[in-house]
Amino acid sequence: MESINNIELKDEIFERVGVDKELSEHLEKPSLTYWADVWRRFKEDKLAIFGLILLSIIILTILIGPTLSGHDYQLINASIKDQSPSAEHWFGTDDMGRDIFTRCCYGGRISIIIGLICTAVMFIIGSSLGAIAGLKGGWVDNLIMRIVEIVGNLPYLVIVVILTMVMGRSVFAIVLAMSITSWTGTTRMVRGQILQLREYDYIEAARALGADTKRIIMKHLLPNTLGIIMVSITMSVPGFIFGEAFLSFVGLGVRPPKTSWGALASAGQQKLLFYPHELFFPCLMIVLTVLAFHLVGDGLSDALDPKLRK
Amino acid sequence: MEKTNRETLIEVKNLKKYFKIKRNVFVQAVDDVTFDIYKGETLGLVGESGCGKTTCGKTILGLYDATDGKVIFNGIDVHSLTPEEKKDFTKKAQIIFQDPYSSLNPRMTVGDIIGEGIDIHGLYKNKEREEKIFELLYTVGLNREHINRFPHEFSGGQRQRIGIARALAIEPNFIVCDEPVSALDVSIQAQIVNLLMDLQREKGLTYLFIAHDLSMIKYISDRVGVMYVGNLVELTTSKELYKNPLHPYTQALLSAIPIPDPKMEREKKRIPIKGEIPSTINPPIGCRFASRCKYVMDICKEAMPKLVEVDKGHFVACYLHHKEKAN
Repeated sequence: MESINNIELKDEIFERVGVDKELSEHLEKPSLTYWADVWRRFKEDKLAIFGLILLSIIILTILIGPTLSGHDYQLINASIKDQSPSAEHWFGTDDMGRDIFTRCCYGGRISIIIGLICTAVMFIIGSSLGAIAGLKGGWVDNLIMRIVEIVGNLPYLVIVVILTMVMGRSVFAIVLAMSITSWTGTTRMVRGQILQLREYDYIEAARALGADTKRIIMKHLLPNTLGIIMVSITMSVPGFIFGEAFLSFVGLGVRPPKTSWGALASAGQQKLLFYPHELFFPCLMIVLTVLAFHLVGDGLSDALDPKLRK
Repeated sequence: MEKTNRETLIEVKNLKKYFKIKRNVFVQAVDDVTFDIYKGETLGLVGESGCGKTTCGKTILGLYDATDGKVIFNGIDVHSLTPEEKKDFTKKAQIIFQDPYSSLNPRMTVGDIIGEGIDIHGLYKNKEREEKIFELLYTVGLNREHINRFPHEFSGGQRQRIGIARALAIEPNFIVCDEPVSALDVSIQAQIVNLLMDLQREKGLTYLFIAHDLSMIKYISDRVGVMYVGNLVELTTSKELYKNPLHPYTQALLSAIPIPDPKMEREKKRIPIKGEIPSTINPPIGCRFASRCKYVMDICKEAMPKLVEVDKGHFVACYLHHKEKAN
């Protein structure tokens, strides 16, 4: 202490450092866009990455599988029917001698396409109605929500049966039947989000700057609901794949020779006791796809939740 | 008193804003408020939480539809504009928000946030737009490198300055500052207030400055309006208001300002207000302060006192002073 007291404090021993104006506002952290930040957190989730890889493998298999196996999916050959898996027929053959691996690939295309189209229809109808209901409020909101309640309470199976009876068992009929009632959940979700978001000052600021409703929805509201919508999309694709599989299984799905995973499983189920592989492989494809979508969806919902930001 | 000769920019006439909560049940957030804002001045608006300051400011900008009354901006009525006129009006009147965390869209870059007004009104394109945004960033004390950053990367004070830059981007004449500093800590408050005052000097802006910090209002305002439960109870120059408050509510409010001297603070006499604030859903018929006022008279409970000019440029809505004038 004493040595400190002995030092004479003169002006000369001090040097003026000053403040660098540029540096005082400097940001040290590297700039990350929102999606870059989401991707960074998504990457840390091992299961989600596993799901993403699994999904990529499945989609790649479906796309190039038929070329690799070298079989035609609808070629009937009675001499090789009901064969077990072998080097020639990887998943075996069915009761008409068709290669099950090739049929799984074609069926998978239809199953996944149905899943994606239904999700897209659900997302487009659901989020636009939800956004309008949430933003406009008043009687518009009331009307849309009552429609949502009515449509949401229609018995799903009855509608599907009636529609497929009227329109025939085509892919289009299945898509229509499944998406006609599915958008109600999305509408509710998006409406809730918009109701929450529209209270934010930046919406008011945009309005004060003269922004019209379209700009507010496109620039401010939708980008901010996209995170939750993304999770809902990845979670509903497997739902639709399951739905299609179920309809095909009970005989309301696509008509042969076209096929889907559900239709394949349905055909395999009749031979379960003697040739279990005919049921096992289509089911495996369904299970793996659904699992992959769910893992990715789970990872996404964690990555998109700002409260979990590390 | 040279203020009275000044050009009026905004006339607020009997402005009312009621919010419907149920059938026939309304919150009377702003009830019959009349005042003028002169060109180039700062009009402070004070009052406790929930007294309708913010609603008043937003209704003046046309962000809320008025229930009744008029807001005349430069000779045009803000609430009866066609969409094109409305867009034109938004170019002249802007707002700075209280909460710098909810007033910036988290998905937009700072450049896009500041440039939004420029884009909406198509003022500048590409290179010019970028130059303009750089200039605005510099004006509010930020750097060029911030243009591609996102709001979450900034501190509260920096975010508030981005909000100010956004309001300035389309070069308005009039800005409603809705408690722009109350969410910030004290050292940053001074920074923002000084920035606002510098900008006013440079660009000749007119402010409606809403706050509940009385010392802040005294520092920045030319004139001050005091609001109580949806009514304007007193309006005068800030010097006059702090020297000679007339309305009992203003007196009580001013006595609550802390003095940064412990000795004086201890000896200071506070005027306590007892009783509850009346509800804005079913406010009393008479003076809204009557239930808490120590000078209350019979007439106070019968009819609402009008805002009357009792001295030159000094308006007050209280029967105590109306009488004096009559005598």
